[in-house]
Order: sequence, then C-alpha cells, then structure tokens
Amino acid sequence: MVVSALRKSPVVIGNSAATAAPAVSVRNIDVTFGAGDAAVTALAGVSVDIPEGSLVTMLGPSGCGKSTLLRAIADLVPTSAGEITVLGRSPQQARQDRNFSFVFQDSTLLPWRSAIDNVRLPLEVGGTHAAHGEPANLLELVGLKGRENALPSELSGGMRQRVSIARALVTKPKILLMDEPFGALDEITRDKLNEELLRIWQETGTTVVFVTHSIPEAAFLGEHVLVLASHPGRVKEFMPINLPHPRQLKVRDTIEFVRITAHLRQLLEEC
Amino acid sequence: MANVTHQSAIIPDRSLFNILDKVADKLPAVLAVIGLIGLWQLVVWGFSVPTYMAPGPADVLNAFRENSTVLWNNFWPTLFEAALGFVFGNLVAILLAILFVHSRTAERAFYPIAVFVNTIPIIAVAPILVLILGNGYAPKIVIAALICFFPTLVNMVRGLKAVQPATLELMRVLSASGSEVFWKVRIQSSLPFLFAALKIASTTCVIGAIVAEWIGSNYGLGALIIEATYNFRSPLLYATVFTAALLAVSLFTIVSVVEKRVIHWKAQGVH
Repeated sequence: MVVSALRKSPVVIGNSAATAAPAVSVRNIDVTFGAGDAAVTALAGVSVDIPEGSLVTMLGPSGCGKSTLLRAIADLVPTSAGEITVLGRSPQQARQDRNFSFVFQDSTLLPWRSAIDNVRLPLEVGGTHAAHGEPANLLELVGLKGRENALPSELSGGMRQRVSIARALVTKPKILLMDEPFGALDEITRDKLNEELLRIWQETGTTVVFVTHSIPEAAFLGEHVLVLASHPGRVKEFMPINLPHPRQLKVRDTIEFVRITAHLRQLLEEC
Repeated sequence: MANVTHQSAIIPDRSLFNILDKVADKLPAVLAVIGLIGLWQLVVWGFSVPTYMAPGPADVLNAFRENSTVLWNNFWPTLFEAALGFVFGNLVAILLAILFVHSRTAERAFYPIAVFVNTIPIIAVAPILVLILGNGYAPKIVIAALICFFPTLVNMVRGLKAVQPATLELMRVLSASGSEVFWKVRIQSSLPFLFAALKIASTTCVIGAIVAEWIGSNYGLGALIIEATYNFRSPLLYATVFTAALLAVSLFTIVSVVEKRVIHWKAQGVH
C-alpha cells in the first residue's frame, strides 16, 4: 500500500465515474443571515460540482461557511441567490425524496431508543419509503453487531456516531452529507472511524460530502478537498487528492500525503 | 465478561450480599428516625410537657390504636379528593402545555393568567371556591387540582421545548411531519420534566385537599385536624398529621415507581 501510495499518478479514484453528471451542483450561491444593517453574508458566489460517487471534503477556518454550505445543500438553510441542484432537482425535492442523509456533529440519537430503534427512525417518519436497508445489517456494517439493544447512554461517543451513520444509511441515500461527524471524538477513535468511513463509502457507492476542520482528515478522506475562505465564505480551491484507494491510515506517513497537507495548510493561512 | 463469571463463582450467594448492602444503605436513615423519636420522648418526659401541649410518641401511638376507625374513615375522603385533584390538575396542565407549544398566541394570552392564579395563596382561594361550589367534594378536588396545576404546566412547557435544535434539524431532513415530531420526539423528551412536576404534585395535592377541608368540611383528615385541635385532643391531632404525611409519601412512591418504569432510559443511563 505504501508503495502504491507513493506513486505519482492516481490509480483509482474511488467510486466516481469520469463522465457522470454531478450529484450536487452549486451555482453561484449567496447565503445571508439576518436583514438590514445586521445582515451577515455567510457565503458569497460559491460554485462547486460534487461528482456522483465521489467523496469530497470541505475544509476551511471557522466561520468560513462550510457547514452553512452543507446545510444549504440539505435544505436546512435558505439561499438568497444562486441555485443548488441535488441529483438534478431542488434541495427540497431531494430531501422529500430521501436522496440524501445528514450526519450531525452530535450523534442526535434519541436517548430513549435502543441503537436499532434509532436506526429505524427514518423509516417511521416522513411517509412511506419503498427502498431501505435492513437496520440489523447496517449496524453490522458500522461494526456494532451485538449492540443492537444498547441505549445511547450505554454506548461510547464513537459508537453513538456509528449508530448515527447506520441511521443515515438506512434510507439508502445517494448522497451522505456529514457535518464534522468526528469532530467531538478523540484522535484514536477518529482515525478508526475515518478508515471505516472509507470502507463504507466504497461498499455502498454513496456520494459523500464531508465537512471538517482537520487538515489530515480532509486530505485522508477526500478525493477532492474544497477549501473555503472566510469573510465572506467563498471557494479558495477545489483540490484533487491524488492518493490511490483503498487508503489506509499509514498513507499519512508518506511524503505525498505530507506535501498535500502542507499545501492545504498554506491555502488556509492565505484565507 | 470472563471476569464477571469468575467473580460470581467465588461469591456463593450474591442475593444475601445485596440484602445486606440495602440494609447498610438505609441504616443511617433508620437510626436517625429512631434517635429523633427517642429524643422527642425524652424531652416530653424530661420537661414534663403536658399531653395537650405536645404528646410524646407513646401517646401518639396510643391515639393511633384507639382512633383507628376514625382515622381510617377520614383517610378515604382525603385520598379521594387528593387523587382526583392530582389527575384533573395535571391533565389540564399537560393539555394546556401542549396547546402553548403549538400556539405562541395561546401561550402569550394564557401564561400570564396562569402565573397570576399561581401567585394567589391557595389558602385565600379556598373560601372563595367553597362559597361557589358548596360543601361537598367539588371544592376540595378543585383546590387540590389548582395546587398541582402550575408546577406541571411550567415543567411540561419546558420539557416539550427541551428538544435539541440538532434533533429538530434531523427530523426536518427526514421530512417528518409536525405530529411525528410531537409524538416521536417532544412527548418523550418532556417525560423527565413531567415526572419531576408530578412528584411535587403528589405531595401538594394532599396539602390542597386538607386546606380545603379546613374551610368547610365534616369529614376528611383536614376536618379531623381542626376538630382535634379545638378539643385539645393532641395525640389524635398528631396521629392525623402522621396519617396525612403517610398518604403523601404513598402517592409520591407510586409516582416514583411509575417514573422508573416509564423513563427506563434515564435510570439506566445513570448506573
């Protein structure tokens, strides 16, 4: 793996097909909070295409609007100008059709529900949805076989976030939007979940958009890193990460990886 | 896991230890009560306090034996009033809280009135209600209900609103309807708040019933308290007061037991 990671040219780029239409297309959007003199421009003229099946990480200093961009894609934040299309339709339509799932920084599990009942929640609300995964299999996929009946209070922070990933996958979404999902976890747990996320991404073929403020995490996970600058939030660079898949944690010890993170760090300093 | 099996093999009878543990747990409280009763008896003896002024524990015990029928006959009406007041007061409070959470206008219209009603001392409202509702059960039940009402209203409103913003965002991403959010999230998360209020109400409803009986009644523990006081039957007075306390403690215990059953997820989270 180390040898192949050291090679200059990208060998495999994950799940993405070169000619596919973008899963998410963001065209020149502005997001403004508040009105009048108190108005704050969170995003100004942001455009980006997220290729179908790819894993794109969003990186930027705090206040750059990376979470806002993700929330705008998820129809949680209204845009004041520009257009977002998710699989060719409006974010609202895509949300109602269950085209995407959202993973929050906090696992947002319902504390009175067992792990498996939390995974079932999306199937119980928002109307009936034909296509769905089997909750037990999904808990196995995220490495929680045998803990189906555990309450969230009986699980560690990392395990809770695994449950919330299983919950996000139960609707078989085409797109997985993740807002700093591992930000509150310790580094060891975070590393482990990073590796597992890559495995899950490759097994499910889902498009993943992943917001983080960790440079190594952004570089390790992403096929592309979208670097955002702040005040107002705008695209600094959409940088391809030419590291082959499947990636393992030790790729981070390669010179290639260090070069990438050094470049990202420099970009962030200019922001 | 292996460790646990190993331990239980060494310790022959765990249930015996559990019982001993529980006894040791309660021992300080039991000793304190015995000590206080002993002190009470000593003070009565030592200072030769006349029985009508303050009877000793032995006199009170005697009063229990001699007046068991009287106490029993007056216990039931008070229980009846307190229990019905508890049910109605809390029911109205819960329904009103649900209305408040659904309608800001209703909350703004009625919340100040609820606060105002709460500021009137119950002892001052009681005669008014007796004048309106007569001498039967009705005013007692209403007063018991009134005293339960406010803490439950305040707590229930807080509980229904105590949902994490991220959880509401999750429900939005899942396109959950308003009633789904209410039944799957709000009601459940309000339960710890509700039971905190119900525990308060379980003791105050007895106070309400007794105060109402003071104003105008020929039966109930409240009437018995008045009668015993006027006739200087102090041992009976004390026995009545203890009976009322026992009633309140019983109601409190019932609510606590129900709470443990309903909010199993909270109790397990603590261990």
